[in-house]
Amino acid sequence: MADSSVTLDHVSVAYGTNKALRDVSVRFPKGAVGLLGPNGAGKSTMLKALLGFVPPQAGRLEVLGLNVAERPLEVRSRLGYMPENDGHIPGMNAVTFVAYCGQLSGLPKTDAMQRAHEVLYYVGLGEARYRKVEEYSTGMKQRIKLAQALVHDPALLFLDEPTNGMDPKGRDEMLDLIRDLAHNKGVDLILSSHLLPDVEYTCDHVVVMDKGAVATSGAIDQLKGPTGRVFEVRVKGPTAPFVAALTAAGMECHETDEDVMRVYIPGAAGARGDDQRRICAEALRCGVQVRHLRNSLPSLEDVFARAVGES
Amino acid sequence: MSPIHDQSYRHYEGGRRPLGSAWSVIARTGIRLSLSRRWFLVLLAVSWIPFIASTIHIYVMTMYPQMNQILPVDAHRFMQFIEQQGIWVFFVSIFAGAGLIANDRRANALQIYLSKPLLRMEYIGGKFAILATFLSFVTLVPAVLLLLMQILIAGNLDFMRANPFIVPAVVLACVVRILIAAATMLALSSLSKSTRFVAILFAGTVFFTEAIYLVLVFVTGSTRVAWVSTGANLEIVTDFMFRQPPRYETPVIVSVLVLLGLLAVSLSVLERRVRGVEIVA
Repeated sequence: MADSSVTLDHVSVAYGTNKALRDVSVRFPKGAVGLLGPNGAGKSTMLKALLGFVPPQAGRLEVLGLNVAERPLEVRSRLGYMPENDGHIPGMNAVTFVAYCGQLSGLPKTDAMQRAHEVLYYVGLGEARYRKVEEYSTGMKQRIKLAQALVHDPALLFLDEPTNGMDPKGRDEMLDLIRDLAHNKGVDLILSSHLLPDVEYTCDHVVVMDKGAVATSGAIDQLKGPTGRVFEVRVKGPTAPFVAALTAAGMECHETDEDVMRVYIPGAAGARGDDQRRICAEALRCGVQVRHLRNSLPSLEDVFARAVGES
Repeated sequence: MSPIHDQSYRHYEGGRRPLGSAWSVIARTGIRLSLSRRWFLVLLAVSWIPFIASTIHIYVMTMYPQMNQILPVDAHRFMQFIEQQGIWVFFVSIFAGAGLIANDRRANALQIYLSKPLLRMEYIGGKFAILATFLSFVTLVPAVLLLLMQILIAGNLDFMRANPFIVPAVVLACVVRILIAAATMLALSSLSKSTRFVAILFAGTVFFTEAIYLVLVFVTGSTRVAWVSTGANLEIVTDFMFRQPPRYETPVIVSVLVLLGLLAVSLSVLERRVRGVEIVA
């Protein structure tokens, strides 16, 4: 498909008796796509199957229009993969390592070395490029993994948990790099993460995985739905019966880390103030005080929670 | 907001090598990295001392033919030279080979390698080429050079005419040793993340099989059981190649089959262990 970078068609992958992907069919559009899901949802397995590391028991995988099973080398020559775990070639400094990866990807030696210098500057390791990779900090190791994935100028990047272990400043810089690659440099990418803000900041589309299956997928803006139908609510009093009452009234209620509930009201909007009145009526019936009630922009967290059925 | 390092990323518009040649990149880089270790260069240099000694021996025997009765230059002498180099095959295999895959496994490098456009066999081939190059340097190259030295010192081809099998025997005996040592070491290297443990395993493979053989000889009183020893199998095959009287009662075909089996097991281990993901059942 010309408008999709990756296509999975009824793909199943199992490690022994443990099914990691269950009959997955999904298309990843071009651009930046987030691959979301809790730990063990099958995100990394999907990337590894696309790289040809794990053969599927059934189904067909296509990357950039190429069948992974039939043309794995051509697929990988156009891919860049940033693995989740630390990985480097022992005994090399950063620039030698990245140039070596460039050569392995088919670049001539001189070009690979030139590209290595360029991408190391791009990812912010220009000053540290002659240091041994073993001596790098966690954040620097994340950057060099991105550099080795970029050195051969791939058409599509697979980024597996790229901000793992990074400090807040480093994390912001890494997300800026990813966003820049996708939106300014024309590199399609799939960002696998369990961190919703990372995906929301860098990606336009999302595929949400849960228990080895696709829970939902689409453009983030569309999945979030219209604004004004999600409310932040904080109450004083027993919350459990209140949540139960809201749920019984057809609303979806998700608790957040900040003691604020997010209440999603499905269906068409009524008259102005109707939704707020319904919430207050349920609070009154349950004997709780509403201390805070305001419109909320639906976030990816809501989409995720709805998709994987968290409450 | 754009990142501050934006000035340097450009798309690549240059040429690319055809697919299927990544093994040579692995081999070249691995050889260069090994040669950057000074003590390894010393080991390679020391491994040529027997060559110098053998060259002096050939010179003396050619200049003073009457001494040929004591230490003759014949096919057996060349066979002995190749077998003497076995000690350097052992050390070079350990120092250059133990870490070839083990280090990559420890540093999670396999997922980096195999995410590039190269097949697992290319990765294994590249690593094999590194070790085979160094093993050739301590066996095949000095053995062939020694033959050339014999011709140069003698100033004629009489020795070659008298022993027409000598060139293929020298080449084959060396190639068999290189193949067995490199394949076994690579297989063992893929089994662990510790270079030291791999070195111990390799030494164990060599010495343990020899010890078992000696025990069996003591028990049975026969050398028919020589097939259990890797070293003895190599000697049996080498005797056959150099048309020397056999030192063991084990038939050559049995030793050939054992060595082929060892190669097959090594390849099978490599096929299972060299993967982009490690699946723990």
